[in-house]
Amino acid sequence: MPGLEELYREIILDHYRSPRNRGELESPPATKVDGHNPLCGDEITVYLQVEGSGDDAVVTDVKIGGQGCSISQSSASMMTGVIIGKSVGEIRAITRRFKSMMGLENVEAETGDTDIDLGDLEALQGVVKFPVRIKCAVLGWNTLTSALDEALNASE
Amino acid sequence: MFDVDAVRAEFPLLTDRTIDGARLVYLDSGNTSQKPRRVIDAMTTFMEETYAPINRSSYRLAGEATEVYEGARHAVARLINAPSTDEVIFTKNATEAMNLIAMAWGRANLGAGDVVVLTEMEHHANIVPWQMLAQERGIEIRWIGLTLDGQLDLSDLDQLLDGAKVLSFTAMSNVLGTIPPTQRLCAAAHAVGALAVVDACQYVPHNVTDVQAWDADLVAFSSHKMCGPTGIGMLWGKMEILEAMPPFLGGGNMIDTVTFDGFTTAPVPAKFEAGTPAIIEAAGLTAAIEFLEDLGMDNIRQHEMQLTRYALDTLQRRFGDEITVYGPDNVEVRGGVFSFAFRDLHPHDVSQVLDESNVCVRAGHHCAKPLMKTLKINATTRASIYLYNDEADIDALADGLDGASDIFGF
Repeated sequence: MPGLEELYREIILDHYRSPRNRGELESPPATKVDGHNPLCGDEITVYLQVEGSGDDAVVTDVKIGGQGCSISQSSASMMTGVIIGKSVGEIRAITRRFKSMMGLENVEAETGDTDIDLGDLEALQGVVKFPVRIKCAVLGWNTLTSALDEALNASE
Repeated sequence: MFDVDAVRAEFPLLTDRTIDGARLVYLDSGNTSQKPRRVIDAMTTFMEETYAPINRSSYRLAGEATEVYEGARHAVARLINAPSTDEVIFTKNATEAMNLIAMAWGRANLGAGDVVVLTEMEHHANIVPWQMLAQERGIEIRWIGLTLDGQLDLSDLDQLLDGAKVLSFTAMSNVLGTIPPTQRLCAAAHAVGALAVVDACQYVPHNVTDVQAWDADLVAFSSHKMCGPTGIGMLWGKMEILEAMPPFLGGGNMIDTVTFDGFTTAPVPAKFEAGTPAIIEAAGLTAAIEFLEDLGMDNIRQHEMQLTRYALDTLQRRFGDEITVYGPDNVEVRGGVFSFAFRDLHPHDVSQVLDESNVCVRAGHHCAKPLMKTLKINATTRASIYLYNDEADIDALADGLDGASDIFGF
């Protein structure tokens, strides 16, 4: 069995103890979407402020609410750090890159995805060796995708 | 004297299986129990020597297989002190038995505005089937709340039961371990003319069960939590209630006759056993019940009460305010299920660290999300014991929790 230190890297524990961008945004104007893991009961809320429309729309702010384990919380915390100021198109590419790092098979990679630098998020690579925890790591990302879809639908 | 070492020696997985070179500390029996050698052998031997269809072929081998299957019905009836063997119905699992009750009895007897009373510590299997009926025909669901120490708050029971058609409740909570006063609750239901339904999944494997002393109407439980195989569950009911109920699933075995115009049903229990049942599993279930009977259900309960006391005391002594174990402290009214919050660590992280030392526990909502709401939490870590666990297993749990502190730096 792989050692726990591969799962609980220091940077993950740091984001767990001091999560970034926790809180709420007024909705509307922000988009608010709840996500949950039916297996363990973890709940996460993504508040997303999006300016513009289509793939060029830009995420200007994001906040995270809810409760979860160290993996789901740190993954969501690191996620907020990489998406603020990015376009929807860029965020979708980052999401694909992250999910494929998690070994999820239903992700269709597009050209250029492999060039994306995930930064701190690379620390979550060790999760792949603990398959039951992959759902924890992607909970925030799946909720983010729903929030992006909802925000863009609302702007049309 | 209950010899736990001798008991554990009968479970190949607990004695022979290792991970990272170390034995397993299996504390997830509230989820499902491990299987003793004689259950494994009974199923293998049955397949090697006696396997055939039941109830429908006239050759001798089929007769022998039918006898094995019906033998399981006798064993179950004996285990729960049922007045008649024919009152025992085999289902896929206890969840199917609960659905059978809601869909067959419920659809025949409940309409818009009729009241079903549940408790806040029910498993989803005793919630969702009733909620399906609520969506389908507008029945009302009322909830018996909990006291601070996780027992049923029966102070306004009369009010909650007023006008109720069903009281359906667990005989032992899979999260809190709480054992409510089942006999009193059945009497209270009958006093208002309501049906008394008992989810006995967690109770039957660990206690002497007497459905006649309870005076329950319908009782659901499962094989896999009491050393038997998966794939077979049980519904026991009073014969006059079962006879008055319509069937649940239709098909082979459950009919008396079928014409182009319709069908008539077979007598109970066949009326509720459509299709080829879990024949091989029934052979294993008989062996499991005989195993429990050899040990004695009262001895098993005594052993688990002592171990429950030891676990509650050990966790309290070693972790004090840093651990919250939910449910009553009095082992007379609780079974060996320990749901807890440890420091401010998330249950997933706690169970991950425990797994490092081969301590197998469950983390999550335990299929009791409404109860999590009552407890104002999202999830717990849950250790649950059975007849093969001993004090060393509890010590391993406590040692593992110490390891969690090291990793998360508390």
